[in-house]
Amino acid sequence: MTALLQLRDVEARYGAVKVLHGIALEVGTGELVAVLGANGAGKTTTLRAVSGTVRRTGDVIFDGHKLPRRPDAAARAGIAHVPEGRGTFSELSVWENLRLGAYTRRGSVKDEARRVFDYFPRLEERKGQQAGTLSGGEQQMLALGRAMMARPRLVLLDEPSLGLAPMLVKEIFDALDRMKREDGTAVLVVEQNANLALAHAVRAYVLEVGHVVVSGASERLRANESVRRSYLGY
Amino acid sequence: MKLKLSLEVLGLLCLAALIAVMPRLVSSFTAYEMATVGMYFIALLGLSILTGYSGQISLGHGAFMAIGGYTTAVLSVNGVYGHHIRDLWTIPIAGVVAGAAGLLVGIPALRLSGLYLALITFGIAVSFRQIPLKFDHFLGGTSGKVLSLLTTPFGLPTTPNNWIYYLTWGIAFVLLVIAWLFVRGKPGRTLKAIRDSEIAAASSGISLARYKTLAFAMSAFYAGVAGSLYAIARGFMNPDVFPIVLSVYLVAALALGGVDSFVGLIVGASAIYVLVNRTADVTRWIDHLPGVNLNPQRPGMPDVIFGAVLILVLIVLPTGVGGALRRLFGPLTTRLYSKS
Amino acid sequence: MYVAAFTWTEFAQQIAAGIRQGAVFAGLALALVIVYRSTRAINFAQGEMATFTTFICWSLMNNGLSFWEAFPIVLVLAFAGGVAIERTIIRPVENAPVITIVIVTLGLALLLNGLMSVIWGGGNRPFNGPFSTRTIDVGGVPVSVQDIGIVAVSFVLVALLAVFFRFTKLGLGLRAAALNRDSSELVGVRVGWMLAFGWGLAAVLGAVAGMMVAPILFLDPNMMQTILLYAFAAAVLGGLDSPVGAVVGGLLLGVAITLLGRYVGFIGDTLKLPTALLLILLVLLVKPNGLFGRVAVRRV
Repeated sequence: MTALLQLRDVEARYGAVKVLHGIALEVGTGELVAVLGANGAGKTTTLRAVSGTVRRTGDVIFDGHKLPRRPDAAARAGIAHVPEGRGTFSELSVWENLRLGAYTRRGSVKDEARRVFDYFPRLEERKGQQAGTLSGGEQQMLALGRAMMARPRLVLLDEPSLGLAPMLVKEIFDALDRMKREDGTAVLVVEQNANLALAHAVRAYVLEVGHVVVSGASERLRANESVRRSYLGY
Repeated sequence: MKLKLSLEVLGLLCLAALIAVMPRLVSSFTAYEMATVGMYFIALLGLSILTGYSGQISLGHGAFMAIGGYTTAVLSVNGVYGHHIRDLWTIPIAGVVAGAAGLLVGIPALRLSGLYLALITFGIAVSFRQIPLKFDHFLGGTSGKVLSLLTTPFGLPTTPNNWIYYLTWGIAFVLLVIAWLFVRGKPGRTLKAIRDSEIAAASSGISLARYKTLAFAMSAFYAGVAGSLYAIARGFMNPDVFPIVLSVYLVAALALGGVDSFVGLIVGASAIYVLVNRTADVTRWIDHLPGVNLNPQRPGMPDVIFGAVLILVLIVLPTGVGGALRRLFGPLTTRLYSKS
Repeated sequence: MYVAAFTWTEFAQQIAAGIRQGAVFAGLALALVIVYRSTRAINFAQGEMATFTTFICWSLMNNGLSFWEAFPIVLVLAFAGGVAIERTIIRPVENAPVITIVIVTLGLALLLNGLMSVIWGGGNRPFNGPFSTRTIDVGGVPVSVQDIGIVAVSFVLVALLAVFFRFTKLGLGLRAAALNRDSSELVGVRVGWMLAFGWGLAAVLGAVAGMMVAPILFLDPNMMQTILLYAFAAAVLGGLDSPVGAVVGGLLLGVAITLLGRYVGFIGDTLKLPTALLLILLVLLVKPNGLFGRVAVRRV
């Protein structure tokens, strides 16, 4: 299985501060891969490097092609990035938020919308509501729904469990599993909750201060006690 | 620090000497031109205190110049209870009246952030013109007021042009020293603290309000003095003497020259002089260039060039030409204010 | 201060004139708001841009085109000009302090003003508008056809824009880019070009305002300077980030200024402008967000 997404020697900086030092990473088609590590390890920056929203060097290869460093290139190539904090347009309605998710698609988006409402019926109830008035869990659903509208091959998901009750987190991850099953959508998820991530991901990378320190299949990472203790916090 | 201080004092003394000697070196008309540059210099000096040191923008300082000009015109033409006041003595009064207006503006200005302050002061520049039109019996309406021709007072042994030169640059020198002391002293340090961080300054107990309104009043005072001198030099005053665009030129000159570079202020004042008083000549000069065919009756070219330069400089050099010069030439450039 | 003699017919006439004035203010105010929403700065050159495009219209008409033939050409040129200005001059400074952007727009205003003087000369000249100046009877009130025409054109333009923003994908993209730059990039919106598009739209609005008002004010390079101030007042009154506010503010201001000018002798014609200025000040001190705005005005 050739990798859908490949990062080769990716470095990223914010101004003068270098945050990623030569990251190598792979996500295969339909795989759910986790990126773990402590705060400040560079997990969010890794996602930003893929979607082109941070200054980076190195190669990001998606579907066999090198991605240019423009922010909209990733979206047009079929990558949907759900950022930390959801990134919803609070002043726009739920429906308008979803509509924006499909910005790069031409023509009618009715089918995509119907799918999203099927996954998240609560969104359909609140279709006309201002997105800022939604609860935290609903906003996360909206963010994921927005990503789905583009029918992406790869979803980048940043801290989906942050601030959510366990029930809602389960709903989100169930949706991810379903996306993988039904569409073969790959997911690269950043999570602080390593236990949760490893329960759903097939593989994981652990970052520390901008380097990949450990990577491998989830079972092996979970089984390895020293890895768990040192890097995963449990 | 001591070395810096004596260098600056030396610089000021050299300047005084240069001012005193200059009319012997140049023609009488050039002295008159230099006087006009000096008036714009005074106005820019005041504006630099406001913008550079208290961080408040004013797009309306032409109006304060006009207030100064009108004060002088009314006092010397209408007089007070029938007594005509010699134009010379109206200068400080003009400054005070303009300063009072600046105080009036400075108080509500406290509550306005940069963008909104720019709006309001721009509004002052645009609508000020209406005041002399409304109170035309007093301020002369569109035709304005005619002052007496520029003459040397008290029978002093110098030509009127030289007289206005010495008067203007003498006042400019005094005001420069005052500004220098102000900036080096407590008020200036306070203002710098405010400019650099409002929040930090406020939390250390400094009375922002007082210093900021003081800066406004002071800058308006300077503009009023400049306007008064201008009216005296020209011998008339009407709503078009200080047009809307002058307020823009003042801010633009400051942006180009940098706020705390003496050279920058002089260059800025000279630029304004060319734009306001010599557009026709510049257009004619450009017209003489090979391949250029400009109609001197349509003197808009200097504005086009100035506008383009302003845009280019701001895009390329955010700290203005003065800032760039300082980076290049370091201690060689004469610093108006020392870095604390 | 005294109130002049009053008749209902004249009052209605004044209201009509005020609405017409307000329509022009609203157009330019809307331009300012669109730019403010996308670039977070006030374009002090909006008036000069409008006058410049009006001059182009004048030139086209001098070369044999009728007003309505020249009109669409001018709109396209205005749009292109606005886009070009944003991409070349504004883009390099878009992350600079707001005051820098303001001074850049001032530089642009100087440049355009001078350019108009160079190309077309300084004095004012008549401008043959598309509407006749005769008056017709509307319910017993004599109203000028031109006034009705100006209000109608402005209304249609604003309505078209409203539809565009509300119901098209591009309009949604524009709104998104103005609201949340980062999220917009993530969904594939080309934020830079959205900003440029906004400036293009603003230039079109300005062009229409200029072409509507030129027959009344006579065309000269400084024509829009006072209108710009009224537009500032209208935008502030309505809320700098509210398009609805710009339109409502413009209409309210137009009517208020006209009525005050007519019925308060002290204000008359001469002090209308300072009154508008005082209004800006009052709004900024009492309710800085205006009638419909949401952005907090940071205290100094």
